[in-house]
Amino acid sequence: MTNEALKEHVLLRHRDIENIHDIEVYMANGGYEALKKAVTELGPANVTAEVRNAGLRGRGGAGFPAGVKWSFIPKDIFPKYVVVNADESEPGTFKDREIMEYNPHQFIEGVILCAFAVGAETAYIYGRGEFKGPFETVLQKALDDAYAKGFLGKKILGSEFSVDIHLHLGAGAYICGEETALLSSLEGILGQPRSRPPFPAVQGLYAKPTVINNVETLTNVPPIILHGADWYRQFGTEKSPGTKIFCLSGRVNRPGNYELPLGLPIRYLIDECGGGIIGGKAVKGILPAGASSTIMGADLIDTLLDYESMAAAGAMLGSASFIILDETVDAVWAAEKNVKFFKHESCGKCSPCREGTHWLAGVYQKLREGRGTKHDVEMLNTIVDQMEGNCFCLLGEFVVPGVRSSLKLFRDEYEALADEANEVARPEQNLIQLHL
Amino acid sequence: MWSEKEQQELDQILKKYPNKLSAVMPALYLAQREKNWLDDDDIEAVAGALDISVTHVHSIIGFYTLYRKEPVGKYMVQVCTDLPCALRGAEDFYHRLCERLGVGPGGGTTTDGLFTLEGVVCIAACDKAPCLQINLAYYESLTDEQIDQVIAGLRAGEQSP
Repeated sequence: MTNEALKEHVLLRHRDIENIHDIEVYMANGGYEALKKAVTELGPANVTAEVRNAGLRGRGGAGFPAGVKWSFIPKDIFPKYVVVNADESEPGTFKDREIMEYNPHQFIEGVILCAFAVGAETAYIYGRGEFKGPFETVLQKALDDAYAKGFLGKKILGSEFSVDIHLHLGAGAYICGEETALLSSLEGILGQPRSRPPFPAVQGLYAKPTVINNVETLTNVPPIILHGADWYRQFGTEKSPGTKIFCLSGRVNRPGNYELPLGLPIRYLIDECGGGIIGGKAVKGILPAGASSTIMGADLIDTLLDYESMAAAGAMLGSASFIILDETVDAVWAAEKNVKFFKHESCGKCSPCREGTHWLAGVYQKLREGRGTKHDVEMLNTIVDQMEGNCFCLLGEFVVPGVRSSLKLFRDEYEALADEANEVARPEQNLIQLHL
Repeated sequence: MWSEKEQQELDQILKKYPNKLSAVMPALYLAQREKNWLDDDDIEAVAGALDISVTHVHSIIGFYTLYRKEPVGKYMVQVCTDLPCALRGAEDFYHRLCERLGVGPGGGTTTDGLFTLEGVVCIAACDKAPCLQINLAYYESLTDEQIDQVIAGLRAGEQSP
């Protein structure tokens, strides 16, 4: 099932072609042809150049151009590694799981192409522990079949190129989606972020040059190599080319993954794809990048879905995980849910994140239990101001935009919870419970 | 403590990495597989097999949520109650399930020791709320009746997928 904006899926091809998870079906539909083209005609440098020319930007959240990232890998240091970030853990995100479960070969072919381009002989796919099912069944079977066909292993397609892909499962830690934390986790130490520089391209896994890409990013690569950068650029905008999977959840009639060319309005995603809001209610807020989003007000519903337009609207496209709030949703409750998530997932390495998320959760609890004052509302702003720019990694600061934008958009709801009677000096009233 | 089969699996795991330390997470999963949690013997066995300290193994177990040092039920039932799911009724679904299974509102283990119920954060199934995992197998777009049937089936000895 496609939509009017996209006649044929580029990524979610299993929705057009039945049983494409089967290697025979995948091969009958152009599968592994990109790999043959790369190995027999193009060579590594041209593969990187094609991906760079296609303008493919990282689909994990940061939006960094994939081809440029690959070109950072030094030629003269060995071994090199490819690590796939399949630690899909941002609340509201469920696209990589669908790719891996239903279109695994296109993803695996993308991993092989990436390894070929940068000269890596080992690749690891790091999935969140909750992906045990898809990893041990679908993905492992797909890898076994790819080995059996000679697309993986030694001297692939008769060339000098060899690569092995290994699966590795995390064990329930959001922080491992941060690329340096992921590398540490894979090395068997605590999954906490590392300082940069050195960047992973220079000293990544086992201190060797490493490319880290998201599942969806690499799934884009086979069609780019097979059909060329110009073909790919027919989709999307000049600066945000291609298609993107939008994860739509929350108060819509038809939540789900929708693959769209970049550059359509948010309204199209909510109304045409998602069938509008449940019960015909009004949109109250849009979280475009999961729990770490700046919340967009309903007035921004015509913002275009590309990296630049979203940034211009003061938000981020991120992983394109759209959580939709309708007019019935309690804004303070929603913000507290996300704050609790970040509190739970703080890795504990730096104090602004470790302590800041605890204090935020405490103040939210106080407000929602009717013990809050206007001072507490202001305190939320004070805490996020102190966190911003001071956390060790970007994920530590992911709690900031949600709290700040919620306060800005729905200030009246916060103030309605602040009771003047609580202003009276009663020390026990001001206690904030810390759940350490 | 490793059975012959587990030892073979461990050998396969070790081949994937250039050093033994990297195998700590898969080795812990292997050690936890049979009874769903890790006792001191399991932890020492992992440390011994990988030539790493018991302390380090403890730090790894403590850091991640999917390794457990306390006994839990045969079936670990993890219900997502995060924002996207909560917007589609997951919190109420979870509380009703806790009530029907006779565990407290914050989750817990059933008196027969079969099920441990826990509210968890996002499991990447937000479009199919209410959703949960039983021993990491997905169950999605659930009604109360459907999950009751699944639970009854497991009680009657059916295999979880």
